[in-house]
Amino acid sequence: MRSDPNHVLEFPGGYTRSVGPVIGRFLSELRDGRLVGVRTAGGRVLFPPTEYDPDTGDDVTDEYVEVGPTGTVTTWSWVAHPAKEHPFDRPFAWALIRPDGADTALLHALDLGVFDEGAKPPKSLKSGMRVRPKWRAERTGAIGDIECFLPEVTMINAPTRLEYELRGGRALDRFLEGIAQGTILGHRCPVCEQVIVPMRGLCPKDGVPTTEEVELPDTGTVTTFAVNNIPDPRAPEVPFVSGYVLLDGAGVTMLTLIAGVPAAEVRMGMRVKAAWRPREEWAKSMANIKWFEPVDEPDVPFDAIKDYL
Amino acid sequence: MSRDIAVVAFAQTEHEGEDGGRLEVEILAPVITEIKERTGLKRFGFTCSGSCDYLQGAPFSFVSALDAVGAWPPISESHVEMDGAWALYEAWIKMQCGEIDTALVYGFGKSSQGTLRTIMTQHYDPYYLAPLGVDQVSLAALQARAYMDRTGVKEDDLRAIAARSRAAGRDNPFALHLPDPEEGADYDVAPLRPHDIAPITDGAAAIVLAAGDKARELCERPAWIRGIDHRVEPHSPGARDLTRSESTRLAGERAGATGIEVAELHAQFSHEELILREALGLGDDVPVNPSGGPLSANPLMAAGLIRIGEAAARVQDGTASRALAHASAGPCLQQNLVCVLSGENHG
Repeated sequence: MRSDPNHVLEFPGGYTRSVGPVIGRFLSELRDGRLVGVRTAGGRVLFPPTEYDPDTGDDVTDEYVEVGPTGTVTTWSWVAHPAKEHPFDRPFAWALIRPDGADTALLHALDLGVFDEGAKPPKSLKSGMRVRPKWRAERTGAIGDIECFLPEVTMINAPTRLEYELRGGRALDRFLEGIAQGTILGHRCPVCEQVIVPMRGLCPKDGVPTTEEVELPDTGTVTTFAVNNIPDPRAPEVPFVSGYVLLDGAGVTMLTLIAGVPAAEVRMGMRVKAAWRPREEWAKSMANIKWFEPVDEPDVPFDAIKDYL
Repeated sequence: MSRDIAVVAFAQTEHEGEDGGRLEVEILAPVITEIKERTGLKRFGFTCSGSCDYLQGAPFSFVSALDAVGAWPPISESHVEMDGAWALYEAWIKMQCGEIDTALVYGFGKSSQGTLRTIMTQHYDPYYLAPLGVDQVSLAALQARAYMDRTGVKEDDLRAIAARSRAAGRDNPFALHLPDPEEGADYDVAPLRPHDIAPITDGAAAIVLAAGDKARELCERPAWIRGIDHRVEPHSPGARDLTRSESTRLAGERAGATGIEVAELHAQFSHEELILREALGLGDDVPVNPSGGPLSANPLMAAGLIRIGEAAARVQDGTASRALAHASAGPCLQQNLVCVLSGENHG
């Protein structure tokens, strides 16, 4: 921590200690990639082993018991700002881990993945979680032969990708042709006379084909909406608002983004207008409309939109 | 059976939160001078100190502190590489043997000179703990997590302890004067936030013990030690129940910790106060750490002794007739000392 100490206390080359038969057995097994505890006269398995039973002070037996490798976290702490002496230079957990078959727990580091300095403890970090040691390839017979512990596998992430060439169908194609020209087209149903936008060539209510094109204005009313806190590449920022807009003259609502207003100020009945991208950027795509944004008109009363929710 | 022994004087430094440029002996000397003046004693039957050489990284650094005491002609002296509370225990034992009537006990520590967390790691078991580089705050945080899991205590409850301790500390001229804990402060080692952790502190404290009539002669209202005991648990934090302090419970029982009116607890992390309260059976009606406690000033190797001094002061000034002091050593409250003080020398 101190960048420029003027006094250092150090044993050059490290401090050599004998380990005795009990700890020595543990460390030798560790070097071979095994976790062993030692049994007390009372039948408990101490892990990591000590020469004595902490309950009675008696010598332990000479029965060594393989434990784990899976273990349970009994408690943890989360180091958001690791010190240079710590085993990681990024945030990690300390945990007491009781391997299956043992009656006491080992302290070690628990790696939960890559986090930015200062990160809060991840939600997955809990007492009771199941973990396993991550062994070093080159082991020397020291507690660091276990690099750290890792959570047991509870999830996988499988690559998923299928490739398509989709077409929108004739009705949508025609709708997007309109959008490419800056107009919003709908179909009027010959039975219910409602305007369906974007049109699908069918009235979803009456089940009859529709063909009569109607051009609609790019103004409308928010019927209902949701505030989203998960980032989306299409949205301007988080939180963003997605909502249903009933275009003036339309009989069905359109799902769109609502922006140009703080999320907390969006309301049902709010009057909005399409925000078009600059004309030179227009393509045959709904992206021509960035989102809908408020216009300075009084809100529409709830009764006028209640049938469109 | 046992001799009546009392705390007759207590002195401490105005503790500092950063290096004030004084050596450990320079921090200590004014306290020794003050307590000699207050008692009128220049020589003591026994002298015992508590300190930690690792704080300044020099072997036998405690020996130079004897310059502050004046050790010529040669004095009867001992030292513990522990908090001064254990030096007091040794002095009390020595006095029980009956040959001396007074003892000077002191503890001092300047923890601002190194990286305390790294230094304290050297106190841990060298096979299983120290090689991992685990530090005292990380271990305390493990204990806090386990305690909260068992009891349902929330981080806000811990902050309330820190807030109360810091507010009390601001009324204590010897403590650091720390602001109210920040709501929503970032974690240090989660679940502990900076205010849950005792501050780095430099300071020293001294106590004079006297027996029987000598105590009555030196002090109008001696704080009699009615019981003192210390107990230790396994070092490995994985081999014991971190959510309870069995050693404190036992030491309290042996020291006769009943009818306590005020307690000074060596809780260096806010959750430790709750574990200690439970172990000692201290109800919500018992004020804890009216001095501000270690969360307001934690001069290492003196902070436990200061608990005894502060508890004794409550008895001497008449605010309590029976007070409890606690000192701790080792990771996660491994070793605990309980001292019960009373204005009455019987009962």
